[in-house]
Amino acid sequence: MGTPTDLRLPKYRRDAEGTHPPLGFPGYGSTALRHPKQPLVLMPQLLTEVTGPLLGPGRLGELDNDLTRQHAEEPQGQRIIVTGRLLDGDGRPVRSSLVEIWQANAGGRYRHTGDRWPSPLDPNFDGVGRTLTDDDGRYEFTTIKPGAYPWKNHDNAWRPAHIHFSVFGMAFTQRLVTQMYFPEDPLFSQDPIFNSIPDERARQRMVSRFDLERTEPEWALAYQFDIVLRGREASVFEDEEEEEG
Amino acid sequence: MSTPSQTVGPYLSIGLPWADGPEVVPEGTPGAVWITGTVTDGAGELVPDALVETWQADPEGRFDHPDDPRGATGNGFRGFGRCPTAPSGEYRIRTVVPGELPGSGGAVEAPHLDVSVLARGLLHRVVTRIYFPDRDNSRDPVLAMVPEERRSTLIATKTEDGYRFDVRLQGEGETVFFDV
Repeated sequence: MGTPTDLRLPKYRRDAEGTHPPLGFPGYGSTALRHPKQPLVLMPQLLTEVTGPLLGPGRLGELDNDLTRQHAEEPQGQRIIVTGRLLDGDGRPVRSSLVEIWQANAGGRYRHTGDRWPSPLDPNFDGVGRTLTDDDGRYEFTTIKPGAYPWKNHDNAWRPAHIHFSVFGMAFTQRLVTQMYFPEDPLFSQDPIFNSIPDERARQRMVSRFDLERTEPEWALAYQFDIVLRGREASVFEDEEEEEG
Repeated sequence: MSTPSQTVGPYLSIGLPWADGPEVVPEGTPGAVWITGTVTDGAGELVPDALVETWQADPEGRFDHPDDPRGATGNGFRGFGRCPTAPSGEYRIRTVVPGELPGSGGAVEAPHLDVSVLARGLLHRVVTRIYFPDRDNSRDPVLAMVPEERRSTLIATKTEDGYRFDVRLQGEGETVFFDV
């Protein structure tokens, strides 16, 4: 098999200034010793960067997208349905793509040995979910609304309620981990992680929308949260002169 | 406009690790190696709550992915590894060394893994590359963009069962990180 004489690679647009947080952010104390101080080296997008892991249904159990049914009984808290679409920057759905979430329980406590604040664990809640997007890029989880919780970043610091989301997209360049927040949370103003996003409009893209349409009467409230990954530029051809002898 | 990045926070280990995450290839795969290493912070302290993810071509330098212009291999090669750092700050990935990759104009990329590191205190993942000390790295176009005195931070060292690649997030010997 010879090497093809041209390599047609997709190219992913860089995000606008202010979309993502800076790595060093004094308001969030843990960044102090963990962020690189040398400038990042601008990397061309070559084969490894425009491809990426395509992780399929083999990763999923039947109840992985319903965090309220993973134990003998139901967890405490407000039952919610979280739906949305995984899209690229041109509005195209990212299909059959793994979406992973993790979150605190209704009282704001994580099932993690490092979380010791005095709010009880819920024996019926792990706070972990996975699903695959469908052909329209849609995903859906049933869970309970996570509680806010205190942390030691600054005096009387509280994290606004949030669900962690991890997505892959189609390419290494599109890998994203973010947090979904709830509308009009009064804790936003004092949260450095939320406020680390410089652009106010970008920040609002992390806030889910209350979705009356998707609520289930006498059962569950609903929130909608779309995730948008970097879009592609028009294809370009890169021609190799000749195969090397 | 894209959704912004946020930190994985201190509790990623309840949600992201998989039992087979560190196994890019199954046990007994010919040529399999362990890549092990630590993640350290700017004070030289081990980082026990990070996640290391790797992405790479197969030993022929190809991907089972539709955007590989040579065509998806269909061989099912996962190419992806994921391992949280242990309390010791260490991660381990079992994989095979990828092949060289063709580039434009006759360029050749040396065998490499792309790496993402995520952790509490990182508001956005940081990205680096692992190269191999026993391969020809002299013509690699990405290494060539890195200041010469810092290139060694991207080259693993040989161990008994594979390679060692330590990540230094900040300070003395800071690993080169890329903007992709």
